[in-house]
Amino acid sequence: MTIKLSDVTVGLELPPLDLAFTRADLVAYANASGDMNPIHQDEVVAKSVGLPDVIAHGMLTMGRAIRVVTDWVGDPTAVIDYSVRMTRPVVVPNTAGGSTVTFTGKVAQINDDGTVQVDLGAVFGDVKVLGLAKATVRIAQ
Amino acid sequence: MGMNRDMIGHVYPPSQPYLVTTEKVSAFVSALGETNPAYATGTVAPPTFPIVVTMHAMEEAFHDPALQMDYSRIVHSDQRFQYVRPIRIGDELTVRASVEEIKPLGPSEIATFKTEVLSGDELVVTGWSKLVVRGPDA
Repeated sequence: MTIKLSDVTVGLELPPLDLAFTRADLVAYANASGDMNPIHQDEVVAKSVGLPDVIAHGMLTMGRAIRVVTDWVGDPTAVIDYSVRMTRPVVVPNTAGGSTVTFTGKVAQINDDGTVQVDLGAVFGDVKVLGLAKATVRIAQ
Repeated sequence: MGMNRDMIGHVYPPSQPYLVTTEKVSAFVSALGETNPAYATGTVAPPTFPIVVTMHAMEEAFHDPALQMDYSRIVHSDQRFQYVRPIRIGDELTVRASVEEIKPLGPSEIATFKTEVLSGDELVVTGWSKLVVRGPDA
């Protein structure tokens, strides 16, 4: 399915995504991104700096949040601007299921140039882990 | 105390070229858990892939003694990317990092780094990263 601009209205809610964050995901993201900070892998180190447990890389959360938009438009290269504030960490226990984050998106604005601004949400339990998260996408006329 | 305000506007020399390979992109795609078929053809990188090169370029700046940044107390608080075009496999990326802003944030300080990612002479994406340096009482 391809989204057309004529199908888009302000307030439209995009299909949400529930995504699990496991310790194995954090190891994979550390290796892929080069961010080897031990607070994302070693609970002894994480607790020594006052965290409740190992936390996910904020950039992994950012990388997954945009999937709400790119799954909706289909083409990931349609994203022309993307920004987030990493407000709270996603805590990842050493369990098979890890932690689940719910990602949401809502059309906030249709710009004069035909691009669309989507406001994004990311909630872990009842904690907002991303704030001021928004993406601008180009959508076919 | 604190970061050196004289460094606002300072532009660091370009980072060493980074070749975007199929292996690097597919490891990143897989780590995100991506299922978008657009990545299956192995041509473009996901929107947050530029962090792989921008963070490395900024880390060189964080360790610049002239900046007086306490690297042990940094928290990455905000990230923005503005795309000219997607990063593609085969791009040879360099990053031009600069210090855009340093200001107080309660007992801490917040620094904004601008990172221009180029392939050859072509600007591909511009990043902005805000780093909070927690003060001694924060």
